[in-house]
Amino acid sequence: MRLEKRSQTSKLSLLLAPIGAIAFTLLISGLLVIWAGAPLGPTYSLLLKGGFGSVFALSETLTRATPLILTGLAAAVAFRARLFNIGAEGQLYAGALAAIAVGGLHGGSGIGWPVWALFPLMMAAAALAGALLLLGPALMKARLGVDEVVTTLLLNFIVLLAVGALLDGPMKDPTAMGWPQSVTLQAELELGKLIAQTRVHTGLLWGMALALGLWVLLKYTVLGFDIRAVGANPRAAAFAGVPVTRTVVLVALLSGALAGLAGAIEVAGRTGYVTLDMSPGYGYSGIVIAMLAALNPLGVVAAAVFVAGVLVGADSMSRAVGVPTYIADVIVAASLISVLVATLMTQYRVVRGRRA
Amino acid sequence: MTVFSPLPLGEGQGEGFPRVPRTHISMPVAALTPALSQGERGPDKHAVLRLSGITKRFGALVANDAISLSLYAGEVLALLGENGAGKSTLVSILFGHYTADEGQIEVFGQPLAPGNPRAALAAGIGMVHQHFTLADNLTVLDNVMLGSEPLWLPFTRRRAARNRLLQVAQRFGLPVDPEAAVGSLSVGERQRVEILKALYRGARILILDEPTAVLTPQESEALFDTLGQMVAQGLSIIFISHKLGEVLRVSHRVAVLRGGRLVAEAPAAGTSQAQLAQWMVGHAVSATVRRPAGATGPPVCTLAGVSTGPAGRDRLDKVSLTLNAGEIVAIAGVSGNGQLALADLLCGTRAARQGTVTFGGQPLQASPAWLVTQGVARIPEDRHAIGVVGDLSVWENAVSERLRSPAFSKALWIRRKAAQAHAARIVQAFDVRGGGPHSPARSLSGGNMQKLILGRALVAPHGAGDVAPAPPKLIIAHQPTWGLDIGAVAYVQEQLVAARDAGAAVLLISDDLDEVLALGDRVAVMHAGQLSEVLPADAWTRESVGLAMAGGHA
Repeated sequence: MRLEKRSQTSKLSLLLAPIGAIAFTLLISGLLVIWAGAPLGPTYSLLLKGGFGSVFALSETLTRATPLILTGLAAAVAFRARLFNIGAEGQLYAGALAAIAVGGLHGGSGIGWPVWALFPLMMAAAALAGALLLLGPALMKARLGVDEVVTTLLLNFIVLLAVGALLDGPMKDPTAMGWPQSVTLQAELELGKLIAQTRVHTGLLWGMALALGLWVLLKYTVLGFDIRAVGANPRAAAFAGVPVTRTVVLVALLSGALAGLAGAIEVAGRTGYVTLDMSPGYGYSGIVIAMLAALNPLGVVAAAVFVAGVLVGADSMSRAVGVPTYIADVIVAASLISVLVATLMTQYRVVRGRRA
Repeated sequence: MTVFSPLPLGEGQGEGFPRVPRTHISMPVAALTPALSQGERGPDKHAVLRLSGITKRFGALVANDAISLSLYAGEVLALLGENGAGKSTLVSILFGHYTADEGQIEVFGQPLAPGNPRAALAAGIGMVHQHFTLADNLTVLDNVMLGSEPLWLPFTRRRAARNRLLQVAQRFGLPVDPEAAVGSLSVGERQRVEILKALYRGARILILDEPTAVLTPQESEALFDTLGQMVAQGLSIIFISHKLGEVLRVSHRVAVLRGGRLVAEAPAAGTSQAQLAQWMVGHAVSATVRRPAGATGPPVCTLAGVSTGPAGRDRLDKVSLTLNAGEIVAIAGVSGNGQLALADLLCGTRAARQGTVTFGGQPLQASPAWLVTQGVARIPEDRHAIGVVGDLSVWENAVSERLRSPAFSKALWIRRKAAQAHAARIVQAFDVRGGGPHSPARSLSGGNMQKLILGRALVAPHGAGDVAPAPPKLIIAHQPTWGLDIGAVAYVQEQLVAARDAGAAVLLISDDLDEVLALGDRVAVMHAGQLSEVLPADAWTRESVGLAMAGGHA
């Protein structure tokens, strides 16, 4: 059995590919559901209803999707330039910490600037924190050829431990009854709610606006061209006069900033303070979302909503039916694998027999 | 490969010597082995290899179309064809890398199991690829032995292998030192090791894929002598090449493929290069007449004592060169002797360690963007890996070098309409055929990709108010015709000559000696990072160039 490149990609295969992917995902997760002893039909319908079936469910999904959009964008822009940023998790926390450092109620009142100055400063600080965190690995890659997958991944652990130390030390909220959490954000800096009585906040709009902005950047600007050229073929890009190192640095700053903003928006929109468990792996999920979206910023929004819906739906489904919530992780992982395989199948086909 | 003038055969003297300084081909190998010449072979007698109706399709493309061919004992059969004609596919089928969709292969009368390189090896077919598969860190003996012993043997039988290797080497006239490290051998010696690998495994049919691509003329001669000796020992050889002069020199018979079909099969004696070219292309090919340069203008670019950083043989070692407007300076030499360093230097991707490079009176900056603004047209050696960004569209690649100029960008934004218009102009002027300006550049064929690169380099954007674009002042062309079919080669060469006539200084780096001698007004040879004297083309002969390519002096 081998793979042989197709001479042309048929329109039919392009249509069938996502359907095939969905079917495969449902199959894999379905087998697990049966093994868990739950009825298949009701389980899936509970999953769907739990994620998208009511205004409340939708609002929860969108709340969950907001940081995922941003970490997804962070991964998408970096991966476009072949800068494999696995450190979005740490950059998110760094951004959250920076947001609290600027906008928190330190000593009772915090920095007493007006909101229209403090809010942008807070966001800028978060973006800067995330950006600087990725700058080191990016420069090491550009100058020394150090693998950024390793450096960014390991930085995650360093950042998390640093956050833990800070939350139990200098940035600890003295009024939090001993729990390691940061001081809360000033109330005026919190993001407004989009729908009353729900948790979905304006951070969602920020995320969508940034997605649109990134799409425009990639398609219509010189920097976007540079990013795509460096990602596709750095040698040819250098030959054509694209400043490769400078582009990689800019991409690193942009990607880190987006992940840092994810942390700040979570703090300002959902939690109000930083804890060690505020991110259940948003940074890593962002990578999955970026791949599902084929690194397209607009696709990232759709993929983030999909993944968030599955995660939220699985929560409510597991309460009703008793299937462990990990089924959500399986569904997301299976959908990623099947999307990648389906895309491969549109360009190659499997041929029986030895060699060609 | 230049489009050549027909050369008469049979200019050589008697059996093998003396060799008169050649400007053309000398005595055909066929004359060295009279015992196996034409008349003594019956139609199917001594047919060591027979291909019947071989057909191979890759999707909609028919790479081989019902090819039937026979190879006889003790002969050299040349397989000729342009890129894409199906030679590599046919040979890969023979060697078991591919399985034919239809047709059979018989080796020494026995049918050959398809798709199985081990079966092909066992049947006596050996192949020497264009790109060697040798481990530089191992000795010659190790390389030859690699893969020849079964894994379950507790000890390796090195002494027996050594003896066998020396025996084979002596029998076929390929002197070799079994303990030499392959990394220290010259290209010609490495090729000998590759051939020995096949002979050691008992190959009686040898397939050589473009063997002279990496050899100097002298080394090629040595190879041809070797082939004569092997053939005298009863071996049969399939010699794949696109160099027509060599083909006629070394083979007994010639088979020409075109578009997947076998279009001609003829004895080498009595066939002319022009006839071969016509078979390859399908219509009569006119020879290019060399157009001498007009008056050359002032110097455009000067290198003085330039050395680049260490990188094995591919560095420059105190090179001095002057490029004047209105002339073509052609650099000959086997690839890997510093040509890449010279091209990189003038294309802005490498800096000089010592010496000075001036362009238009100022020092040359190691920046591709700066060079483009100064009117330097650059054609890189590897169009796929460096010339275009394959995933980006054709129009984006057409303006990739000039994107930062005001013609195609305003502040951060790309001026898409202007860029796409310019791309359309290039595509039309240079007849770039493919999927359209929005299709990815990697979908273009080699020739069309090269035309796109040429157009991008030679056509400057229109200035404000439709001012005529300025022609380039300096053109760096690094292997511009490599891997192209005859039509595209002629086109590229014409463009370079036209640019020269319009006043540009042209630096042509090519490992095709015919091209260098035909196009160059002044010619120099590169060897181990050093440049020979730059002399007018008429002052060189193939001999003196070959000598210089190997590092000697006339």
